[in-house]
Amino acid sequence: MKRIVIANCGGFWGDDPAAPRRQVEGGPIDYLVMDYLAEVTMAILQKQRARHPETGYPADFLSHLRDVLPTCAQRGIRIITNAGGVNPLGCRAAVEALARDLGIADRVKVGLVVGDDLFGSLDGLLSSGEPLTNMDTGQALSEIRARVLSANAYIGAAGIVKALEQGANVIITGRVADAAVTLAPMVHEFGWSPTDWDHLASGVVAGHIIECGTQCTGGNFTDWPLVNTYRKIGFPLVEVEEDGSFVVTKHPNTGGMVSVHTVAEQIVYEIGPPAYVTPDVVARFDSVRLAQEGPDRVKVTGARGEPAPAKLKVSISYHAGWRAFGRLLVSGPEALAKANKVAEAFWDAAGGRGSYDQALHQFVGWNACHAPLASCEPGEVLVQFAVRDHDERKINSRFAPQIVPRVLGTVPGITYIADQGRPRASEVVAFWPALVARESVAQRVIVGEDDSAI
Amino acid sequence: MPSDRRTVRVPLMKLCLARSGDKGDTANIGVIARSEAIYEWILEHLTPAFVKRHFDDVCQGEVERFELPNLLAVNFLLHRSLGGGGTLSLLLDAQGKTYAQYLLAAEVEVPEGLIHADSRDAHQHEQRHV
Repeated sequence: MKRIVIANCGGFWGDDPAAPRRQVEGGPIDYLVMDYLAEVTMAILQKQRARHPETGYPADFLSHLRDVLPTCAQRGIRIITNAGGVNPLGCRAAVEALARDLGIADRVKVGLVVGDDLFGSLDGLLSSGEPLTNMDTGQALSEIRARVLSANAYIGAAGIVKALEQGANVIITGRVADAAVTLAPMVHEFGWSPTDWDHLASGVVAGHIIECGTQCTGGNFTDWPLVNTYRKIGFPLVEVEEDGSFVVTKHPNTGGMVSVHTVAEQIVYEIGPPAYVTPDVVARFDSVRLAQEGPDRVKVTGARGEPAPAKLKVSISYHAGWRAFGRLLVSGPEALAKANKVAEAFWDAAGGRGSYDQALHQFVGWNACHAPLASCEPGEVLVQFAVRDHDERKINSRFAPQIVPRVLGTVPGITYIADQGRPRASEVVAFWPALVARESVAQRVIVGEDDSAI
Repeated sequence: MPSDRRTVRVPLMKLCLARSGDKGDTANIGVIARSEAIYEWILEHLTPAFVKRHFDDVCQGEVERFELPNLLAVNFLLHRSLGGGGTLSLLLDAQGKTYAQYLLAAEVEVPEGLIHADSRDAHQHEQRHV
C-alpha cells in the first residue's frame, strides 16, 4: 500500500528557524509544508507592497528555503507553502533567483496558486452584489470600507493539487485554508475525488493536528512532567495511507513526545463546534479515533466528512486605531497595595482612564492572565498599563510620557524596565470575517509558462 | 459511609487535560477526560454554568459546550472573553492561552472511586508534582 510522509516545519511566521532543516535532515519525508500567514500578516504585507512593489511576502521564507532547497531538490521532496503572501509572483522571482544562486535552477520548478487576494477587487465585489457583511456582528462593510488594509479569501486545496500534477516541486500560495497545504498532497498522491468527503476530512484532520507545529508533539501539554525534554523538540510528521488513515509521529532523537493525549489536545485547540468547516469539506472532529501504535506514534482513523460549504470565508483587515503599553515593577513588602497606589497616580497624570477609548492596567504576577491563583500576596508585581484610542497623538503625548515619572513620584520599591524606554503608539489592525460566493474568487495556477484557471 | 459514597476534593487537573486558544473575541477550552468514567462525570458536572462562574471576571458573554465522545472530550466556547479579541485586546493574554490551566486549577468534589480508577497518566502527573 502506498504511503506518504508529510512534514510540518513551523506553526506560525516566527517559529523556530532550525525546524525546516531538522525536518528535512532528520529522516525520510516526501513533502515539507511551511506556514507563514497569520491574519495580521496580510495587513503588514499589503503595506510593505504599497511602498515597495517587489515585496509583500515574508522574506524569512527565503532564508529557510536556502537551508533546505538543495537537499529537497536532490531527494525529490516537494515544498508547499503559503509564503506568497500578497505577492506570489514576487516571491516566485526571489525563489528562482535563489535557485540560480545555488546552482540548481534546472531542478526547481515553481508553481503558484493565486486568486485569493481580493484587496483590489473589493468595490467590484460590493457592486456585483457581494455584501461582505460581518459574520459575527451583521454590520455592512461600508462602515469600515475606507479603512480596509487587506482582503483575502481562504481557498482550498484544488490549486495546489493542480500545481503538483503539473510537476511543480516548490508550490507557493497566498491565503489558503491552513489544512489545505497538508490535504493537497494526499489528494494528488491518492487520487481522491472532490466529493470523497471522508477521505478529504481525514486530510483536514491531519492538517489541523500538525498546523501548529510542536503543539501536537508535546508542546503546550497539560501533562508536561511526562515530556522527557523540550530540547530540540521534534516537529510533527504524518504518515498517510491511501485509505486516509494516518500516524502522527516525529523524527527519532528529537525532544517532545507524541501520545493520544498530546494529539487529542491539539484536535480540540481553537475549534468551535465539532463540524469543522473548510473550503474542501466539513470535517467531523467527533468521528476520529486515536490509538497509541508505538512510542511517539499515534494512529488516527475513522474521519467522517460532510459536503463542502457553498461559500468561502474572507478575512478582511482594517485600521482600528492605536494602542500602547507601559510597564513598571513594584516590589514588596505590600506590593499589591503599593501597585494600586501607583496605578491611581498614573491614570490621574495621564488624563484619566475615561479619556481613552479603552484603558486598563493589570498586575503581572498576580492577576494578568486570569483571576489570582495564589493564596498569599505576591513578592513583586509588574504593573502593565494599556490604552487604545483613535487618536495616535493623544497616546504619545498624554499616556506615554507619564509612565517613568511614577518611579520618582510614588511609592518606594518601584523601578522601571531597563530596555523599555518611552512607549509609542502602534497601529491596531482588526478583522472582519465575511463570506463570498465561490464564483467570485477566480483562482489560477501558474507553473512555468502555463497559466490556467481552476 | 460506604466507600463508593465518599468524596474527595481535587483540582480538575487530576481528572482532565485541557488546552485553550482564541477565535476572535471568543476563547475556546477543549477538555479531555482521563477515563470513560470521568467523561460521564464531566458531562453531568462540568457544565457551561460551572465554566461561566469560574471565568466570571473575564467572560462577558455566553458559555457553550460541545461534546466529542470519541476523544472523551468537551469543547467550551467562552464568548466575549478576550477584551475585544486578538489585536484589539489590551489584555496580556489576549488569546486565552492560559485559560485551560486556570480551569484545571478549579477544585471539584468527586466520588473517591473516580480518582482511584483514573488513568496511569494522572498518577504519574500526581507523583511528579508532589
